[in-house]
Amino acid sequence: MNFPADLKYTKSDEWVRVEGNNATAGISDYAQSQLSDIVYVEFPGIGAAHPQGEAWGSVESVKAASDVNMPLSGTVTAVNDDLKNTPEVVNGDPYGQGWMIKFTVSHPQELSGLLDAAAYQKYCEERAH
Amino acid sequence: MSYYPNTDHDRAEMLKTIGVPNVEALFADVPAQVRFPKLNLPGPLSELETLRELMELANVNAHAQERPLFLGAGAYNHFSPSIVNHLILRGEFLTAYTPYQPEISQGTLQVIYEYQSMICALTGMEVANASHYDGATSMAEAVVMAYHHFREKRRKIILSPAIHPQYRAVVRTYMQGAGVNIVGDDQSQDVAALVKLVDSDTAILIVQSPNFFGQVENLAGVAEQVHAHGALLCVVVDPISLGLLKPPGQFGADIVVGEGQSLGLPLSYGGPYLGFFATRKEYVRKMAGRLVGEAYDKNGQRGFVLTLATREQHIKREKATSNICTNQGLMAIAATVYLSTLGKSGLRQVAELCWHKSHFAAQQIAGVPGFTVDMTKPFFQEFVVKCPRPVNEINRRLLDEWGIIGGYDLGADYPHLKRHMLVCVTEMNNRDEIEMLVEALGEITK
Repeated sequence: MNFPADLKYTKSDEWVRVEGNNATAGISDYAQSQLSDIVYVEFPGIGAAHPQGEAWGSVESVKAASDVNMPLSGTVTAVNDDLKNTPEVVNGDPYGQGWMIKFTVSHPQELSGLLDAAAYQKYCEERAH
Repeated sequence: MSYYPNTDHDRAEMLKTIGVPNVEALFADVPAQVRFPKLNLPGPLSELETLRELMELANVNAHAQERPLFLGAGAYNHFSPSIVNHLILRGEFLTAYTPYQPEISQGTLQVIYEYQSMICALTGMEVANASHYDGATSMAEAVVMAYHHFREKRRKIILSPAIHPQYRAVVRTYMQGAGVNIVGDDQSQDVAALVKLVDSDTAILIVQSPNFFGQVENLAGVAEQVHAHGALLCVVVDPISLGLLKPPGQFGADIVVGEGQSLGLPLSYGGPYLGFFATRKEYVRKMAGRLVGEAYDKNGQRGFVLTLATREQHIKREKATSNICTNQGLMAIAATVYLSTLGKSGLRQVAELCWHKSHFAAQQIAGVPGFTVDMTKPFFQEFVVKCPRPVNEINRRLLDEWGIIGGYDLGADYPHLKRHMLVCVTEMNNRDEIEMLVEALGEITK
């Protein structure tokens, strides 16, 4: 299981990469393995604004459908159109080609409340049974 | 699969295993005075006596098979070819349960797939579900779908007042507590006026055509105007009318729903009926209900399965957008048999007969002193008649003195339409019946 050190994570299994005022987000390796084969991502519209923790959309696999939440408050600037035709990329490369949305960060102070890679990994290990 | 009931020996063994002397002892926790209460019921009857009693009760009813019927208003007397019953009463269809296990349900799944395909062809839409309880449910589910499509951010639902009153009531029941505003049907207004109500808070506009009054609505340009505000358009339609009229899909509708009872199902005192629901592929993941899809097995052979199951409540659970987890399997099969039997040309013939007979009847009734027929808009198989006396009075005399079942009293649902009767004429009404109705109306109101 992969937990890139340069990312931050939420307890609802989203990751975020922040560069200045811009962020990229998706779901973690743990999330994609729990969901199994992903068949669809329901994206927000460009310009949609959501507070931290609110669902911007959802991800669907063959056996489950799950909301995906904003890791930080912000406004959506782009969605990964490639996932419309090849959603399975999320399973294979959740942190790279499987990115889901890009957004501008409205409350950068929220970043300090997120988990770093080590904390998130520990959290995942504790949940596993 | 065989079914073996428990034998006395099986029961004795089970009771011994759990340490209970007899079956009655299992009810020991129920207070003695209510355990086997004395019920004030008549004694048992033999099959012969039961049949006689039920037939006596049934014979009190005046029904479509023995009386000329001119009543429509959402449930229609159309001809059902005998092959429909012949096929749906086969045990394989009649008793088949939900096809969750595709490996033993290919028959059911294939028929439902064909049903869905036919609904798409009829309505001009891209995808249809495996059916709902009835037309009212389908329309309510269209509202639910629109509500969730906009993630609950658009709260205005616009309903035409010319939609079936019961369908509108069901929508209000469904959307209780959702915090939506259902508007448009509180006053008499036409489609053009309703379209003016569409704004950026509107989730959906629903119109019915032919509407409750039998009139064909002009849908040209409506979809474009609705879409200009980003809202959805739903059209409620009579499937028989689609044998003649341009389907809503070609007018740009996003959702098409309606009652499928006309497709070979009997009137049956109100049910079981058949709600059909069709939409565009882009909305399929928000569509409620069962959906049969075409797939391939590991040997590359075509098969059918229930698909996109992640929409459904048993997977989405509290995040599901609808409570529907069933369909009207047997009724959908009946409709499929009906449509297959009639085919395109047969359906057109039925539609043309309804059109011509209703127009003939309207002209004749318009000639009876005291009666006026609304001819302001084109109509399909129903039309509105203004009567010189209360409708219930006319209907009472039509039934008692002439043995005719008259039309629907519109005053019950539309206060400004007291003394207005909705008359329905289908391919089942022959010329003699129509002329008898005309004569009767004249005699009754002399």
